[in-house]
Amino acid sequence: MFLTPVVPHWPFYNLDTMFVRGLKRKCFDGEEDIEGTLAGIKAIPSYNLQRQSLLDMSLVKLQLCHMLVEPNLCRSVLIANTVRQIQEEMTQDGTWQMINTQSTGQASLDRLVSTDILCRSSREQAEGKHVPGYSTFNKDFESDQAQDGSETMSTASSVQAPRNLQSNVWEMENPQENKGNFQKSLDQIFETLENKSPNSVEDLFSEVDNSYYDLDTMLTGMMSNTKMGHCDGLETFSSPTTATSSSNCKSDLNELDHIVEILVES
Amino acid sequence: MEEDVETRKISSSFLRDHSYATEADIISTVEFNHTGELLATGDKGGRVVIFQREQESKHQPHRRGEYNVYSTFQSHEPEFDYLKSLEIEEKINKIRWLPQQNAAYFLLSTNDKTVKLWKVSERDKRPEGYNLKDEDGRLRDPSMITMLRVPVLRPMDLMVEATPRRVFANAHTYHINSISVNSDYETYMSADDLRINLWNFEITNQSFNIVDIKPANMEELTEVITAAEFHPHHCNTFVYSSSKGTIRLCDMRTSALCDRHAKFFEEPEDPSNRSFFSEIISSISDVKFSHSGRYIMTRDYLTVKVWDLNMENRPIETYQVHDYLRSKLCSLYENDCIFDKFECVWNGSDSVIMTGSYNNFFRMFDRNTKRDVTLEASRENSKPRAILKPRKVCVGGKRRKDEISVDSLDFSKKILHTAWHPSENIIAVAATNNLYIFQDKVN
Repeated sequence: MFLTPVVPHWPFYNLDTMFVRGLKRKCFDGEEDIEGTLAGIKAIPSYNLQRQSLLDMSLVKLQLCHMLVEPNLCRSVLIANTVRQIQEEMTQDGTWQMINTQSTGQASLDRLVSTDILCRSSREQAEGKHVPGYSTFNKDFESDQAQDGSETMSTASSVQAPRNLQSNVWEMENPQENKGNFQKSLDQIFETLENKSPNSVEDLFSEVDNSYYDLDTMLTGMMSNTKMGHCDGLETFSSPTTATSSSNCKSDLNELDHIVEILVES
Repeated sequence: MEEDVETRKISSSFLRDHSYATEADIISTVEFNHTGELLATGDKGGRVVIFQREQESKHQPHRRGEYNVYSTFQSHEPEFDYLKSLEIEEKINKIRWLPQQNAAYFLLSTNDKTVKLWKVSERDKRPEGYNLKDEDGRLRDPSMITMLRVPVLRPMDLMVEATPRRVFANAHTYHINSISVNSDYETYMSADDLRINLWNFEITNQSFNIVDIKPANMEELTEVITAAEFHPHHCNTFVYSSSKGTIRLCDMRTSALCDRHAKFFEEPEDPSNRSFFSEIISSISDVKFSHSGRYIMTRDYLTVKVWDLNMENRPIETYQVHDYLRSKLCSLYENDCIFDKFECVWNGSDSVIMTGSYNNFFRMFDRNTKRDVTLEASRENSKPRAILKPRKVCVGGKRRKDEISVDSLDFSKKILHTAWHPSENIIAVAATNNLYIFQDKVN
């Protein structure tokens, strides 16, 4: 089991009040004390942002699968169906828009705590100002690459067409030579996360260093840079592969735009 | 069960308690055999432990029918799939007993990929007096033998041996979630996420594929098989459940590949309860035929439903297991608890159904009186031979004494696996790595 590294203190109860669809938006008071800064602020997350947060969570869940054992297919299918459902709804609503480009590599904490922003003051949200949500991957990742010359994936040479989300997630039949490698390096990166029990969220994130935040930034940053295709929707979020060997976490994460490239399936 | 469920007196005897929890001891399946004399458990470490009920004895009436360890063996070992660079867990997903046909006991145990048939037999005599070898087994020099004797059987300490008789491997690409013995006792089926195979017990190198829901293009996959079971009496009929909350009943006489169902059970969605989590919580984690064969019971995340085989459009009974979790679904999604697969069981007379919940709670529903009870399997809260006290979860507002609030529930203590004796009121409840056996009090 893993925990999404998005928010230091995941406001469990607050999220639950958010996710009652069709009901009046509930006001949650500061009793949960999500963050010190939010104490006392009454926030009413908009439905769109609630939905976005769920989408974020689902995509991260899909991407981070168990390293050594085959991921549970049923779970993956259910999460993917949820993602698809959100995407369909967002498409109908017209909220599935192109995201303004943002440079990658900025380790801005604001970006990564997208869910945290959801819990912030309602003023910003009520104006209909959307936190930039996910867009899709596009075929061209070159622009995103942080070129600092560290080792790249040996296997992901040419840019590949975006693969469908599902097939990347559970196509087990084709041997994925790189999957094991990437998973091992992801494993290094997320070792701390995975070994923690879900109840120790606070302890967990107290140890997390910035490299983790960078990861999430990279992911969100990269995805926001890509062009949009309607049906490309969520084709992505493949289980990335990499053959990076011994680089430290930080450089691995800087190369994540290479890494999170669409998985090649031979 | 005629007694009032809420006030039934239950005594408990605790077995297999470990002082500390180790990963390998997490119980992953529990199953009584057809007479209830034996109780098998499988764990995450690939071990099978079989308990046997003691014979009743006049001299020790209070020890009526206690279960003691009968046999322990390592059923599955961890494996490595070199092609995919992935480990294959040794965790025992399911155990199913075969009906007893001779002195030995037979059971099927399965992990994600391989099903094994085990023979458990007793040995209480051994031959002595061989001609060609010593008692130690060393060969004797034939030229030194001057007379012949007939070996005789002498009693020895009871030894229970488990030997693997068949290994049914390499038939599943995906993870096996169910096995079910057919009423013909010659065949059984194994189901994984996308396929169901039919085996003959005697043949290990081939199996028949009877259900295949794998789409040609994996990108179109939206539904998987979650559980499957043969009808208890009709050897041609079986059911399988899906992650979309549907149950299909198939008849093997219609065609070799049973992709077209004979019956399709699905309850229409309740629009007022619709959310992004609707599909996930509708996913069926377990399906069980009643002993009569007339009904099926399904377990999804929040409810247990009883269906009449003759009515496909909705269940005849729905029981709320822990509806107070409905407002917590997002948290439970975030920590993956929403994907927990709870099992459900019938009692011997199909009048009571039981399933597990969180905080080491388990629930029983009496179908006749419509009463239900919540009990807890924990060492702190019950002593041996003490009556179990009903528990209550309070949802909001004032919490009465002895009630537990929803926010205090421990979601790491989940009861996924339970079993009910085929004819008596004896239940086995697996709480992580502890096995609890509860029985009706003897008056």
